[in-house]
Amino acid sequence: MSAAASGITSSTALWYTSRATGVVSLIMLTGVVVLGVAVQKHGRLPGLPRFAVVGLHRSISLLSVAFLAIHIVTAVADSYVNIRLTDAIIPFAASYEPLWLGLGTVAFDLILALIITSLLRARIGHRTWRWVHWLAYLSWPVSVAHSLGSSTDMQSGWLLGLGIGCVLAALAALAWRVSEGRRPHDVPRAARVSVLTEQLSGGRQQ
Amino acid sequence: MATQPSDTSVYQGSDFRRLLPYPDRSLSLEQHRALYGPASYRGAPQVLIDEVRAAGLTGRGGAGFPTYRKLEAVLRAAGGAVVVANGAEGEPASCKDRTLLYSDPHLVLDGLQLAAEAVGARQAYAYIHPDQRVLRRVREAVAERVRAGVDRVPVTVVEAAPRFIAGQETAVVHRIEGGLALPRYAPLRVSERGIGGAATLVQNVETLAHLALIADYGAGWFRAAGTSDEPGTLLATVHRPNATPRVIETAPGAPLGELLGLDAATAAAGGGSAPRAVLIGGYHGTWLPADRATALPLTNAALRAEGASLGAGVLAALPADCCGLRETARVVSYLAAESAGQCGPCLNGLPRIAHALRVLAGPGVHARERADVSRWAGQIERRGACHHPDGSIRLVRSALTVFEEELWRHGQGMCVASNDRAFLPLPSPMNPPRTDEDWR
Amino acid sequence: MTMHATNAATDSGTASGAGARLRLDPTRCSGHGLCAELLGEHVALDEWGYPIIADRAIPAQLLADARRAVTDCPALALRLDIAAREGAARL
Repeated sequence: MSAAASGITSSTALWYTSRATGVVSLIMLTGVVVLGVAVQKHGRLPGLPRFAVVGLHRSISLLSVAFLAIHIVTAVADSYVNIRLTDAIIPFAASYEPLWLGLGTVAFDLILALIITSLLRARIGHRTWRWVHWLAYLSWPVSVAHSLGSSTDMQSGWLLGLGIGCVLAALAALAWRVSEGRRPHDVPRAARVSVLTEQLSGGRQQ
Repeated sequence: MATQPSDTSVYQGSDFRRLLPYPDRSLSLEQHRALYGPASYRGAPQVLIDEVRAAGLTGRGGAGFPTYRKLEAVLRAAGGAVVVANGAEGEPASCKDRTLLYSDPHLVLDGLQLAAEAVGARQAYAYIHPDQRVLRRVREAVAERVRAGVDRVPVTVVEAAPRFIAGQETAVVHRIEGGLALPRYAPLRVSERGIGGAATLVQNVETLAHLALIADYGAGWFRAAGTSDEPGTLLATVHRPNATPRVIETAPGAPLGELLGLDAATAAAGGGSAPRAVLIGGYHGTWLPADRATALPLTNAALRAEGASLGAGVLAALPADCCGLRETARVVSYLAAESAGQCGPCLNGLPRIAHALRVLAGPGVHARERADVSRWAGQIERRGACHHPDGSIRLVRSALTVFEEELWRHGQGMCVASNDRAFLPLPSPMNPPRTDEDWR
Repeated sequence: MTMHATNAATDSGTASGAGARLRLDPTRCSGHGLCAELLGEHVALDEWGYPIIADRAIPAQLLADARRAVTDCPALALRLDIAAREGAARL
């Protein structure tokens, strides 16, 4: 990391707030991804009704945007490094750490798209919403790359452990996502009936 | 006005020649015109609709809906209009539409043009069964008409998907728009919003043929056959033991027993080789005991009292040495495979019902399967985007009623069937859909 | 098979045409079951997890929950029909 970066660690409350909210956002976004997969897989969280899984997915994603907003604003406001507000929307144009910051900007842009389309889901229709929502699988790794690349803290100690924990959780969610479903509905439409018919003749009673 | 084809004024025997005067030939445009003259355009929308109403024409595709109401709904709807001749005939036991399309495509195409005029449509489609012989004939007929310049509205021929439900209205629209032949759930009917958002008239090809004839000869002529509540003639596909399926033209009021060759006496006696059960309507139809069927006229009024209806005009007399349970299990296995697989109840219920029926078609008592089928039937009824589950369970329920005795026999390890012969036709080879391409 | 739409008049069998109705698009529903959780008195689940919606108007006290079920359904399969018009028939 650059000399300027190592100088950050002894900086202002704003910078600390930015780093803290960054970490919290990452944890929350990881939770959102796991919950999102849970919804798609008709999964349950122990003790929670299904509408709570959907509700948590939505609430935490909105909350993470709030934390991201603070993360961005404090980084911009902090005078030690020169980050403009526009760098939060337009990627790779910053003078400070253009690559790693840029990735954060990309992630933020993607997350905004996800949130906005989800809030307007009824208006834009399910198909369009779904297409955009696939970007979630892109936004998360980009967020992680931004986190690891722009933060020396996360490269060691318990923050590194936290980061690894998030990655493992997301990988587990991904594995769950691509795993085969057991219900007829989990298979592509045209094959559903033939799959069920084969299951029935195979002797497995439902 | 051309010479009227000869026919009787009231039902007498099955000697109608309105729709299929030359069933073994395919008429060219010239030959068709020599018989019927050119299409009798009225010059403005609505006019023909009033005559169709007076004639009392109802849909010949299965639902029996009053045709004038459909025409009016499309005419009244806002925006442009489109008309479709529905010749998909997804019902394997029916070949009346294909026969009509091959024998006199111009009668259907005249009807299509007249319907287009009546509803103010500017585009027409002919949605045709994937039987290549029929498809080719229809394409040729359209080309003939283009060369002769007789059509007022351009006609596009679209090959229907080879699926049982390919002729369902929303599936027709979906397919013609370039997608898959899958039913869609929509708050508006296709008559209000169909192909490309336009009001769409989807009419069975036989209905259009009748419409063309009504335009030529008038409502009074149409009503000279059939009954006053159910006027006109209709095409039916008749399946009798040891005979190839035949398309006949008959009329409401005809004695069902005669059409199916059921001898009243032997049916009542239940002895020998007389059929003991008949299937009315098609694979979404109803089984009836032969002795009840023998006494019935071929009218929806009489059939409804028995829980049946004309449907797609399929009439089948089950040979005495065929097991009705086994036949039903075969058909329902086919119907289950033909589910679009979109709606949870249907895609879960039909395969399970089919499997249970296959068990019931074998030896043993199987009380649990019997109870399961009843429960599943009640659970999937009217819970799909189309009537496929409803029609299928109608067949199932009638089978369990009519073949109650056979179920008991199976419980004793016996069965009326002495061989493996199958009677009701199913596509051969069976090509159950597996991918999206099977729905084009 | 019945290829044509059934008569709208016969479809609107129930007496009260007015009021809010919960409508399901069965082609979108994949059986998540949120609706049954939120509207237990109005929606039940069949043995495969798909909703069976009561064929009557939604009582006023359940309207808020009904709206939530419509918004929260992961498949966007539900719709709330406020109009009194019963003509939206299944085909």
